[in-house]
Amino acid sequence: MSGMKLLEVSGLKTYFYLDNKAVAKAVDGVDFYIRPGETVALVGESGSGKSITSLSIMKLINKPGKIQDGQIYFGGKDLVELTDKQMTNVRGKDIGMIFQEPMTALNPVFTIGNQIIETLIRHKKMTKNEAKLRAIELLKVVGFPRAEETMKEYPHQLSGGMRQRAMIAIAISCDPKLLIADEPTTALDVTIQAQILDLMDEMKKKFNMAVLLITHDLGVVAEYADRIMVMYGGQIVEETTIEKLFLTPKHPYTIGLLESLPSLEKEVDRLGAIKGTVPPAHRFPVGCRFSDRCPKVMSKCRDANPSIIETDPEESHRVRCYLYE
Amino acid sequence: MSVIEKETRIHTDQDYILQANNIKKYFPIKGGILKHTIGHVKAVDDVSLSVLRGETLGIVGESGSGKSTLGRVLLRLMDPTAGQIVFEDQDITKMKYRKLRPIRRDMQIVFQDPFASLNPKMSVSELIEEPLIVQTSLTKAERKEKTVSLLEKVGLRSEDRFKYPHEFSGGQRQRISIARALTLNPKFVICDEPVSALDVSIQAQVLNLMADLQDEFNLTYLFIAHDLSVVKHISDRVAVMYLGRIAEIAPKKNLYDTPLHPYTQALLSAVPSTDILHKKEKIILKGDLPSPSDPPSGCAFRTRCPMVHDKCSEVRPELTEVGSGHLVACHLYTNK
Ligand SMILES: Nc1ncnc2c1ncn2[C@@H]1O[C@H](COP(=O)(O)OP(=O)(O)OP(=O)(O)O)[C@@H](O)[C@H]1O
Ligand SMILES: Nc1ncnc2c1ncn2[C@@H]1O[C@H](COP(=O)(O)OP(=O)(O)O)[C@@H](O)[C@H]1O
Ligand code: SF4
Ligand code: SF4
Ligand SMILES: [Mg+2]
Ligand SMILES: [Mg+2]
Repeated sequence: MSGMKLLEVSGLKTYFYLDNKAVAKAVDGVDFYIRPGETVALVGESGSGKSITSLSIMKLINKPGKIQDGQIYFGGKDLVELTDKQMTNVRGKDIGMIFQEPMTALNPVFTIGNQIIETLIRHKKMTKNEAKLRAIELLKVVGFPRAEETMKEYPHQLSGGMRQRAMIAIAISCDPKLLIADEPTTALDVTIQAQILDLMDEMKKKFNMAVLLITHDLGVVAEYADRIMVMYGGQIVEETTIEKLFLTPKHPYTIGLLESLPSLEKEVDRLGAIKGTVPPAHRFPVGCRFSDRCPKVMSKCRDANPSIIETDPEESHRVRCYLYE
Repeated sequence: MSVIEKETRIHTDQDYILQANNIKKYFPIKGGILKHTIGHVKAVDDVSLSVLRGETLGIVGESGSGKSTLGRVLLRLMDPTAGQIVFEDQDITKMKYRKLRPIRRDMQIVFQDPFASLNPKMSVSELIEEPLIVQTSLTKAERKEKTVSLLEKVGLRSEDRFKYPHEFSGGQRQRISIARALTLNPKFVICDEPVSALDVSIQAQVLNLMADLQDEFNLTYLFIAHDLSVVKHISDRVAVMYLGRIAEIAPKKNLYDTPLHPYTQALLSAVPSTDILHKKEKIILKGDLPSPSDPPSGCAFRTRCPMVHDKCSEVRPELTEVGSGHLVACHLYTNK
């Protein structure tokens, strides 16, 4: 592990206390770090805890949920300890965020221009005029050729791809050091997805941002990320570089995911489906959380959950599985 | 010679289960105080295609390109604005309900969102038995036997028939929709994004199941999806739609190995690949899909096409055969 860390999450647990006394352990002991300028992908099927991890970093967890334990070091401070007021200076300024459905994040009653100007005035202490000029510049950067007119438009007047670009303009407006993108292109068609991912990549290089890219699409990860973390049952089960993950995957879940994916490059008769379904966060199996679906399950797997350990001499391949202990 | 005639000529020995000729579906746009029709959404705009018995014909295209509308029109769940639909040598375009009813047994549809298409108040056995009660004279015991056997075929247990849709996961609900679609032993099934809402591990289970059922029951599929890898996996031939029209249609291998239409080329290049050793060059298209209520003149793709030239805004390119079973609608290939 080399280089300095921009974000370091350790022992993060975020639980939801359900009505029937059950506890949904949405995030249950997650450790990872992100270096400046790096793109790290967090992948997993729905319900694995990706969004709750990112919302925890932004401290946007509401009742009945709670950050139960752990630290989130960002810029030398533990975000877990910050007050709500202190957090508003981090959110949108040092950490930008893009969501899957931009309509939930854009305010429908304000123009696109107003929303960028507002962010710039609040976080960058710009005057209204400075903010306006900067907003036009930002819209041009994210690919609105008629930026002056786009400033006056409302979110509903834009297509899905344009809204996502407007979201990116807002997210990068204050030169964040970290951009969290939660399924930024899942709702978009492939040709528009390619536009948006290329734009994010360009912005990342231009402003030297780090990106936490949350997605369930392994193709997107292979093309845009430097490192990848695979999440299952509220925990990271494998973490490594893109090359190692796609060339020498180790965790049975990762291997299963890769085999279940139809691809344009290779032709297979049958897809290697993983049996069963993702367990809900309030009812994980005892022992390894993948044990009831794992083709390699051994008797000890059903007794205790394995811990995540380093398996690579270069210290860049962590796996949570007894096969590698 | 029309496209269909050409195709028929090439595959004279071919057995078509369904043929669609020059299908249009326009939705009126109402406006003003008097709610006059002020324009039309041209959801499907002159589509001709034929489906071979036993094959899987994939339909891909971006959101709003008219895939679902085409599927609904082909099954007469909606009436076309123009065109002709021939199912097993019978013209069903204007067929009345009574006459259509027995034919309906042979054509079924599976939707993307099984939650919206399964009545939440009905148990699994009621859902599966309903078509049997309406369409057959099976006894109660025979219906039960059929239900249990179908559930087992789609990988559910016979006890599951007492449960309700909300008690199942997304993948299991899709299995129920598939069982329901198969109750009347259909010949032709339209699958409208049947796996799009599912996680990849579950998507693979359902795709494998659909392939098994196709073999076992000799089904013909029209498989609609926007995921090009999924369509490649399941289809024999693939049609690419853009703004209500077919841009290209070809046997799977030709379409994926040598795409001809600039839109197909861009679409394929944009699919993110997990093959990290062979990075491909992306064609990034500018702009969004134009509105189907006001499609560009000439070629519908010309506003985003990297190869656009003068003729493209003037003349609409017709779908033309350029290789065996490989048809494309683009002036680059029809000029010669
Ligand atoms: N009932 C309707 N009334 C008016 N317009 C409609 C209706 N149904 C569909 N449309 C319009 O017709 C066009 C084609 O829609 P359709 O649902 O067939 O697209 P699609 O290719 O299935 O898209 P998706 O991938 O999003 O499912 C769209 O512009 C849509 O808004
Ligand atoms: N508000 C909530 N109340 C109860 N459980 C929740 C809540 N939000 C998320 N969860 C549960 O936490 C788990 C992880 O959710 P999430 O992070 O949204 O998954 P992902 O983003 O990976 O699809 C899931 O089992 C989900 O049902
Ligand atoms: S610990 Fe056991 S059950 Fe879990 S992934 Fe490894 S082999 Fe499979
Ligand atoms: S006809 Fe012209 S605009 Fe249309 S796809 Fe061909 S080259 Fe492009
Ligand atoms: Mg999520
Ligand atoms: Mg559709």
